[in-house]
Amino acid sequence: MTAMQNVSLGAHYAVHLPAPDDFAFWRERARGLIQCDVPPDRVSWIEPGGTGDLFATEGPSRGDKRLPPPPADPRPVRASQRFLTVARSAALHSDPARFGLLYCLLWRLQRNPRIMEDKADPEVRRVEELAKSVRRDAHKMHAFVRFREVTEEDGTPHFVAWFEPDHHIVRAEATFFMRRFANMRWSILTPRGSVHWDGETMREGPPARREDAPGGDPVEVLWRSYYASIFNPARLKVGAMLSEMPKKYWKNLPEADLIPQLIAGAQAREAAMVRAGEREERVRPATLAEVAKGAANCRDCPIADCGTRAVTGEGAQGARLMIVGEQPGDQEDIAGRVFVGPAGQLLDQHLTRAGIDRRAAYVTNAVKHFKFTWKGKHRLHQSPGAKEIDTCRWWLEAERAIVQPRIVLALGASAARGMLGRTVSVSKARGAPIMLDDGAELWVTVHPSYLLRLDGEAQAQQAALFAADLDAVRERLAELAG
Amino acid sequence: MAQQTLRQKLEILADAAKYDASCASSGTAKKNSLGGKGVGSTEGMGICHAYAPDGRCISLLKILLTNHCIFDCHYCINRKSSNVPRARFTPQEVVDLTLNFYRRNYIEGLFLSSGIVRSANHTMEQLVEVARILREEHDFRGYIHLKTIPEADAEVIHQAGLYADRVSINVELPTRAGLTRLAPDKDESQIEGAMGRTKARIIEAKDDRKRFRHAPRFAPAGQSTQMIVGADGANDTAIIGKASRLYGSFGLRRVYYSAFSPIPDASAVLPLKRPPLLREHRLYQSDWLMRFYGFAPGEVADATEADGNLPLDIDPKLAWALKFRASFPVDVNRAAKEQLLRVPGLGTTAVARIIAARRHRTLRLDDVARLTASIAKVRPFICALDWRPTLLTDRADLRRLLAPKSEQLELF
Repeated sequence: MTAMQNVSLGAHYAVHLPAPDDFAFWRERARGLIQCDVPPDRVSWIEPGGTGDLFATEGPSRGDKRLPPPPADPRPVRASQRFLTVARSAALHSDPARFGLLYCLLWRLQRNPRIMEDKADPEVRRVEELAKSVRRDAHKMHAFVRFREVTEEDGTPHFVAWFEPDHHIVRAEATFFMRRFANMRWSILTPRGSVHWDGETMREGPPARREDAPGGDPVEVLWRSYYASIFNPARLKVGAMLSEMPKKYWKNLPEADLIPQLIAGAQAREAAMVRAGEREERVRPATLAEVAKGAANCRDCPIADCGTRAVTGEGAQGARLMIVGEQPGDQEDIAGRVFVGPAGQLLDQHLTRAGIDRRAAYVTNAVKHFKFTWKGKHRLHQSPGAKEIDTCRWWLEAERAIVQPRIVLALGASAARGMLGRTVSVSKARGAPIMLDDGAELWVTVHPSYLLRLDGEAQAQQAALFAADLDAVRERLAELAG
Repeated sequence: MAQQTLRQKLEILADAAKYDASCASSGTAKKNSLGGKGVGSTEGMGICHAYAPDGRCISLLKILLTNHCIFDCHYCINRKSSNVPRARFTPQEVVDLTLNFYRRNYIEGLFLSSGIVRSANHTMEQLVEVARILREEHDFRGYIHLKTIPEADAEVIHQAGLYADRVSINVELPTRAGLTRLAPDKDESQIEGAMGRTKARIIEAKDDRKRFRHAPRFAPAGQSTQMIVGADGANDTAIIGKASRLYGSFGLRRVYYSAFSPIPDASAVLPLKRPPLLREHRLYQSDWLMRFYGFAPGEVADATEADGNLPLDIDPKLAWALKFRASFPVDVNRAAKEQLLRVPGLGTTAVARIIAARRHRTLRLDDVARLTASIAKVRPFICALDWRPTLLTDRADLRRLLAPKSEQLELF
């Protein structure tokens, strides 16, 4: 019992730490006390500003000068790697009992070197908890420090942040920001002290106040816009946000005051999107008359609101060929019948030449209403958009289900999209059939109005290609009939 | 049209990017800006700098270079036939935004994707150009995630991997039929071909690093992908199967699941409804079971119900345990790690703690309670020194006892 000789029996010791995060100092004192066999219940650890210990034989004013002198032959004090790692973090906790707890564990560690492995031990567990909340606080500091840029007198940019950590982590975590922003001049101000980096050296400063930090930064406008835009109102999960970004951090986050209005508007935004995309549950029309009636009342896309009439197909139910154009034109809208204008007449000529009887086919359009803009007194044709074609597929599909053609001839890209639901290139798709899901064949060629817009050699060339496409369809029809 | 301001462009292009689920910034090579000219560091663990009210973390500046697109995928807000406002950033604008945000500690880095303009190659070159300016001109050492376009040339994709920490290609839909119907311009074999090439490059670069210290890194944070859940008819068994094939064949770091969520100006082909968030959550849980708990894909599929979907009211591990009760109870003082990992309510951390603690004491139920989050959930499936569940494990109504209570609604 050499060590005990230096310790007065029943004496109580108070150790005054120079700084609340001074782990190295604690480590040195704790080593000395263990060597002198001072049990944990005889030591108080007092951080600056902390109250003194009533039982201490040494008053706080006298500091820890009269701690027992180390024995002449000190035995080594041992601690596991895990203890050191955990203790380094736990020492930064704001709990005043942390140093006593750590000493207690260090004391027990001398008898049981593997005590840190026993996670079910209440003291081990408590120290692990302290370390965990310090790590979490440090992680949140890495995440939620927000720098604001100010220009110094010498014209260089200086990035300054105000942050309020829960624990004494500022000095320890300054190195993280040094590694990340090594070539930037920055300062982090907190109520527990401040750190400053000028690109070469780190300087520590006294505790700061919020007013010492700059009040704004023009880039915050962009950041707030980004924050509001990246939020998906259809996935509102406020609890998940709060567990990771508790409200206590909000006051120093430039984006946080947007949160209430984002949450408040979310449901309405989602409902509006769902409503806009909604199609009522409808029963598909079973006869061509129902299609005609339904299409006339359809207001699913804006074209229907132009004051035109719906022009649905004509021809026999059970026709083997269905010809699909793009949309009714000026004359078709007036007459209420498909393909009666100039393009229709050209189509008729070609059909006659190819030997296809239009009266035996079912002729219709991908879009049922005429889309146009006014140019003076004339209604100028406008191509329907992909969305409008997709919306109108409801009627086209209904017509095809009723007529049940063996072959569908799509005139132009809009008609092809109406049949397939996706855009194909006419020049690539023409000349060979595309199998539709019910076994019918889709043949794609150009729209006759395309031929009307060409002249000279190009027209002759395209007309020949068009004629060849029609011939191929006629032959295929004959094959299928045969 | 009036010239769009930077802020308007940011609003459009961030809005267009939010349907990409990934925002991870972890698992890349460690680097910092000491001794460099610019800013940036990555230290293994990613940092979430903010959380949006949808509960998702904001770690990266996640934007598109442009939302113009020549493709027409029905589920996508940016498809050609959609009427959303369009915008386009120059590479320099993206670089400036990234650096301005990074210096203020708003972000960990950049996640850049793009609609396809002109051609796949042209678009990919623009994405690579952004990464090049950041890395070479500004010596940026933060995280970069580039979305790669499978239709682009292998050489351009290779360039992307040299600058980026992570590259990803979205498989989009779990089945080939779904892809053909909803993304007519995309092709499954092309997507998987590009993934295969990326995997080969990653392995090659790792091998080179072992022999030559200064060999260039290639996507040190690996590659990931994303699948949309709830847009086509695929059930959970199909999705789990696809994910495990992807993990196996292409060495992916992550497969992200994105519940199909309503978008403005939706396609007439896809009906809009509330996104299946709970289903997405269950899929992520099953993903974890395969990656960290030693479950085989077939075993996760065993936990599904008759329609091939995972139950929504209980988690997949509990569902599995209820189906295979013969494997329980497990003795916490004797069982192997693999068996403990199967106990519902015991996570990887709790299992590690139990194994460490039982070397020092024979565990009682109270000890286990200190090591886990909730003992109530674990109790029917374990034995401890002072605890045997006896009849509990065999009760027919065990599921009802363990499932979260359904809430009685109040009159309003």
